[in-house]
This record gives sequence, structure tokens and C-alpha cells, in this order.
Amino acid sequence: MEIRNLTCISCPMGCQITVEMDGNEVVSVTGNTCKRGDVYARKEVTNPTRIVTSTVRVIGGKADMVSVKTKEDIPKGKIFDCVKSLKGVEVEAPVHIGDVIVPDAAGTGVDIVATKNVERA
Amino acid sequence: MKIRVTERQASDMKNYDIVIIGGGPAGLAAAVSAKKSGIDSILILERDKELGGILNQCIHNGFGLHTFKEELTGPEYAQRFIDQAKELDIEYRLNTMVMDISHEKVVTAMNREEGLFEIQAKAVILAMGCRERSRGALNIPGYRPAGIYSAGTAQRLVNMEGLMPGREVVILGSGDIGLIMARRMTFEGAKVKVVAELMPYSGGLKRNIVQCLDDYGIPLKLSHTVVDIKGKERLEGVTLAEVDQNGKPIPGTEEEYSCDTLLLSVGLIPENELSRGMGVEMSRVTSGPVVNESLETNIEGVFACGNVLHVHDLVDFVSEEAAAAGKNAAAYVRGERSAEGGREIRLSPVDGVRYTVPVSINTARMDEELTVRFRVGAVFKNCYVSAYFDDERVIHRKRQIVAPGEMEEIRLTKDQLLKYPDLKTITVKIEEA
Repeated sequence: MEIRNLTCISCPMGCQITVEMDGNEVVSVTGNTCKRGDVYARKEVTNPTRIVTSTVRVIGGKADMVSVKTKEDIPKGKIFDCVKSLKGVEVEAPVHIGDVIVPDAAGTGVDIVATKNVERA
Repeated sequence: MKIRVTERQASDMKNYDIVIIGGGPAGLAAAVSAKKSGIDSILILERDKELGGILNQCIHNGFGLHTFKEELTGPEYAQRFIDQAKELDIEYRLNTMVMDISHEKVVTAMNREEGLFEIQAKAVILAMGCRERSRGALNIPGYRPAGIYSAGTAQRLVNMEGLMPGREVVILGSGDIGLIMARRMTFEGAKVKVVAELMPYSGGLKRNIVQCLDDYGIPLKLSHTVVDIKGKERLEGVTLAEVDQNGKPIPGTEEEYSCDTLLLSVGLIPENELSRGMGVEMSRVTSGPVVNESLETNIEGVFACGNVLHVHDLVDFVSEEAAAAGKNAAAYVRGERSAEGGREIRLSPVDGVRYTVPVSINTARMDEELTVRFRVGAVFKNCYVSAYFDDERVIHRKRQIVAPGEMEEIRLTKDQLLKYPDLKTITVKIEEA
């Protein structure tokens, strides 16, 4: 039996939630004061995901950097692999919102896309 | 010579119905709303090289859940409004610094192309945003080496200029920008050692504490502050200490942290030099203008919205507030804002409520529905948000928690207020259960 302690992010209460796990199965969720906490805790212990945001360098643009994000949320465990996949990446202007910067980042099946327009200088 | 220049400027002076100071989220939303309300002659003056304001450096996601029902990054959220402004052909000038606004709404600005110039506005919307509280305001003892930045400065360096401020980081203050930068610097290979917060609670959103600190094992030390700064040329380390209930460091609790970078995320201050210069009455609590139900200041035809009015935590509410300011400014220009037949009702914040925006309501000028926004001064659990119409409790809403870090609101309707013909004061307060 594994015990996981979480802080709920659903509201400013920030309930300290305790989840009892048996392998990948949730046995119990306690400490939450509402239903949203239960839903959050179950997702967070079985399949935690995050959107990753960063920047890459732009060549010949009106700005030096363009901001990027994973188009969808990716498994939490893959965050640093996604960040690493951006190391040394440079793009040529123009870049537009939604342009794919790194396809299938770190084998997640999720593309990293631009979140800002950078026109040619 | 001086007289001739003045004469030439007077004859060249451009006229606009509405001049908006600042092209960030507030200025853009105000412009779009004013244009949609039928005003064509609008000018946005922006000092940066692009529209979008501070959103351009807020590359993280989480913007727009209320407005667009999806999670956008800052630049994406800004672009939605920039696109709208461009589709509506709203005029704007970049790299343009507003130097002064007169009581008569003459805006003096300058840029490289036009030099110094003046514009006569019928209405002015103040949308200058806010800036960060700096080290100077904190009285931290110790040396003044390189390596101490406000969190927002570091954010701009990393996200827009591609520069890393340092490798070993301590953050003072748990405001949202500091928390976001803890994660951002970690992504860029820095070691963020600790976040120290003077208060016994964090001013940042829970979501940011979990997803920017807990996810990366960065400790948050509540009731702690920096008591010493070491290093003459470059920062070499800081000393943290625990503080008592009065915020005074407790001797014997000092801990040394070696670091080359200290980020400060200790609060935001509305940027109101222009407002003060033109004689706008200011609130000592928000450091922003005192406004009525139309978000109009004590100077008729001068409106304020966004972080220059009071610091927001969600840009969605900035957009909402700014849209109201834009609409009201448009009505003012058309001469459709009569207070005739209306009554003036004061809003009074007491018992845990620090301020309200607006501070007064004219029943003739108000819309069918009015959002009153406010902040509380401490964390209250299991409480009620109440509004008393003079002595009668009219709103009594149960809340599990209210906290200083999250802006609160109550909604009033015109019908509701008209039911109380003698109403003078609406008191907003927090009541314990």
C-alpha cells in the first residue's frame, strides 16, 4: 500500500489530500472537502499531465525569441525530455502561432508549437 | 521661439474622441469595446515596440479560461485582442511615451518619428498597468551586488531576450511571477534553492505552488525573509531567517544559502504618475484611482481599468473590466451618460474587506448589472461575504475560503438597488460563520 500526499489546486483552500494506492489502483481519497478534490487527486496519482512552455531562438526576426508550448498536455514524467528536445533549436522568421517547432516532442505524440507571431525583421 | 513652437503645436494638435494610455490587455480590450460601441476616433499610445503589454513575456499557460473557455499562453491571449483591434482598424502608435496628461485632457507624448506632440482627447482611458515593487522598497540590509532582479525583469530577460540571469537562485516573495520564474529558471538549467515568503500564507495561486514548486521539489518557506545579502560585485549568497507574527526576524533561525541570483516577487504597484499629474484622486489602499460605477475617476471623462486601477490576478477580469471602461467612455463621448434622476450610493469596505472597485454607484448611470470587485486582508475560512444595504443584510454568500491572493466580487443589479429608494451606503464585509 502506497500513500501519496497532494495539495489540491481546484480552489484557494488547497486541501491536503491523502491518496491510498494499491499499485495503480486508488484505494481511498481523504482530506478533500469537495468532489473536485476527489477528481483532481485521482487524475494526479494515476495520470498526471502538464502543458510545457518555453522559448526558442529566432533567426532574422523582429524578436530574438519565440515562445512555444506543447500543443496538448503531456505526461508529467516527460516534462524534462520535452524541455531537452528544444535545446539548440532555432527557427527562421517568420513564425506564427500554431507553427510546429518540434514534431512529436520526446516521443509523446504531441507537437511543440509556436505561441507568438514573429515577423521578419 | 518658445511661443512659436507652442502656436504651431496648437494648430497642429490632433483630436481624438478617446485616447487610451497603454496597449496591454486593458488598453486593447477597452479600445475594442469602445469601437464596438460606435466610436471611430480612437488612439492607443504604447511605449513598447509591440502591443500586448506584459502578456508578451508571460509565456506560461493558464490565460483565458473565463474569456475564451480555453487555456492560452500570454502571447496567444494578447494576440486574440491584437487581432480584434486590427480588424476594427483601431489606430495605435508604438514606441511612444506619454509624458503628461493635462486636466483638460491634452495628452503630451513623444516618439522618434514625430518628436514631442500633443493630442486633444474628449475622453481618456488610463490603462498603464503596474510595475514591480523593488528592492529599495524592502529595506533588505547587506551589499548591493549584481544578481538581484525583480521576478518580472528576469522573466523578460529569459523569455524575450534569451538571457539567463544566473545559475543558483533564491526567490524572495511567493507572488505568482516568482513562482512561475522558479519553474522557468529550472527548465533553463538553473537550480532554484528556495522560495521565502514573509507572510504565513502565499500570495500566489495554489495551482502555481503545486505546478511550479512542488513538481520540482522547490521548498517554500512561509514566515521567512532575507536578512542579509552577501557579495560585493556579484551576489554570493543570502541569509534567510524566520519571522514572528509582527514580521520581525527571530534571532537564531538564520540559514545561509549560496546563490548568484536573488529574484524578488514582492508585489505590484499600479503605475499612476500620469494619473497623479493630471489630478486624479488616488486610493491609498489600491494605489490606483478612485472610480465610480462607470470606472470614471474624479475627472469627468477620464476612466481607468486593469492593473493601473487595482492589481488583478487573472487577465480575464482585466479584459472584462476594460471592456466596461471602453463602453462607458464611448457613452461619455456621445453625451449619453447622464446622472440625472440618479442617486449616489457609497460602497464601504469593512471587516476584512480592504477596498472595493468602484467606491460609488450612481443609479442613473449604472448598467443593469454591476460587478463590484474587492480584496480581503487575510485568509478567512468558512465565512460569509456579506453586503448590507444600509442596515439590512441583502447579500450573504457562504465561502469555504477567501484569501488576499484571489480577487473577490459581488454582483449588484439596478433593480435590486432601486428597491431601496433611501439607500446611502452598501457595506461589504466578511462575516465569520
